[in-house]
Amino acid sequence: MIDIFAKHAALRAAYEGLTAASPRNPFEVVIERPLSATVGLIEGRETLLFGTNNYLGLSQSSRAADAAIETARTMGVGTTGSRIANGTFGLHQRLEQRLASFFGRKHCMVFSTGYQANLGTISALVNKDDVLLLDADSHASIYDGAKLSGAQVIRFRHNDPVDLEKRLARLKDHPGAKLIIAEGIYSMTGNVAPLDKFVDIKTRYGAYLMADEAHSFGVLGEHGRGVAEMQGCEDGIDFIVGTFSKSLGTVGGYCITDHDGVDLMRLCSRPYMFTASLPPEIIAATLAALDDMEARPELRVKLQENAARLHAGLKAAGLQTGEHVSPVVAVTLENIPQAVGFWNALLENGVYVNLSLPPATPDNRPLLRCSVMAAHSAEEIDKAAAVFKAVAEHFQA
Amino acid sequence: MTDSVAGISGMIIEKLLANPKVPRDINGNSKIVEDLAFDSLAVMNFVMEIEDELDVSVPLDKLADIRTINDLAACLHTLKASQA
Ligand SMILES: Cc1ncc(COP(=O)(O)O)c(C=O)c1O
Repeated sequence: MIDIFAKHAALRAAYEGLTAASPRNPFEVVIERPLSATVGLIEGRETLLFGTNNYLGLSQSSRAADAAIETARTMGVGTTGSRIANGTFGLHQRLEQRLASFFGRKHCMVFSTGYQANLGTISALVNKDDVLLLDADSHASIYDGAKLSGAQVIRFRHNDPVDLEKRLARLKDHPGAKLIIAEGIYSMTGNVAPLDKFVDIKTRYGAYLMADEAHSFGVLGEHGRGVAEMQGCEDGIDFIVGTFSKSLGTVGGYCITDHDGVDLMRLCSRPYMFTASLPPEIIAATLAALDDMEARPELRVKLQENAARLHAGLKAAGLQTGEHVSPVVAVTLENIPQAVGFWNALLENGVYVNLSLPPATPDNRPLLRCSVMAAHSAEEIDKAAAVFKAVAEHFQA
Repeated sequence: MTDSVAGISGMIIEKLLANPKVPRDINGNSKIVEDLAFDSLAVMNFVMEIEDELDVSVPLDKLADIRTINDLAACLHTLKASQA
């Protein structure tokens, strides 16, 4: 009998090598429970959380918690079905209308996760006769959506409008539709996409543009509509995809557009059709978190201040960070053993960040991904930067 | 040099050898993943360099069938020809 797991031999070797060299398994860190937005209990210790996507701290919103409790009591905890068969509640429609009006657009479709929003949107928009142009550093959900669609996939260099244009020019005689996909803020590096430049290109070449604002929704732009709002190019974005799992602190995803053709996506997008819809208490919490976000624009101001403080602190500690000041700050290290040692030392000293390893990172180098929240105090950020500095000095010695 | 499969293959080998981590004894029949120890991301990123050289774009699904340097050269040659 053929060993069905034989194909994982290389992965197993890499995994065993990594876990043998690490005092704790980096893939099995347990936050026993959060004590607040910024502090969690890990290995019995109070640990500063600098590795979440809880940019506005809203996972701990009491308004959202109250809404969830109230709704669970009155409507129950689940829908038990898919949106098209037996799982559309009034709340789903309310959330869709609310989001469409938040973005000032005509249509919104809500999905059960952001991952599914990408799968469901991409696979419904393009098929084998079309071409997708993906930023090379796109999230796995974009690559997976591309695969599910069957469209031809062409990668362009990360954040590089010139490279994108070159590739579109090569496709000038291709008869299919062309869909360009980029993210707002890149989740691993904090890099911000030049969406305004992509809009200019897509207009000249007759292509469509989709922006995944997963990490920028609620974070950038005067009203929190993301990088497109910040760069003043919202009109040029055909499809906005995003998630509730980061700045809003709940779970779920969405696609927003002015194109009326999207109506039929509800009848052909498999990741929308063949899975249970969002439970009512999650929708209620999401709506309440959205209220919170809109009512407190100062959260975004604080987040930017905090991002600048962490970025400056890590730079001053002599660490290699990206140039963009954004709520995600990646510290690049040279090799995996160094990154594993560094990450363990941070955790032992009370700072939790994300260990990100190739191939999930660009350039084949490991990263320590740090993220800040509006809820972090200046003291917490300075403490984290000081721990980073001490650990870095230890590793250089 | 780049209008025949052999010419493209030679150009790819030259580019690969510029990377000191690549074994010195590669040839057109070397397997990209097994012999060069490239993972899928490294293959995609390397192909981008060749794309610039030849002014073509290789769709990702085409990469799935490529094992050797000569396979890659043949694929690029076909794409280039269909573009002309
Ligand atoms: C860019 C991007 N898109 C989509 C997702 C998926 O979001 P979700 O966690 O809601 O599935 C993520 C996060 O994992 C992401 O970083």
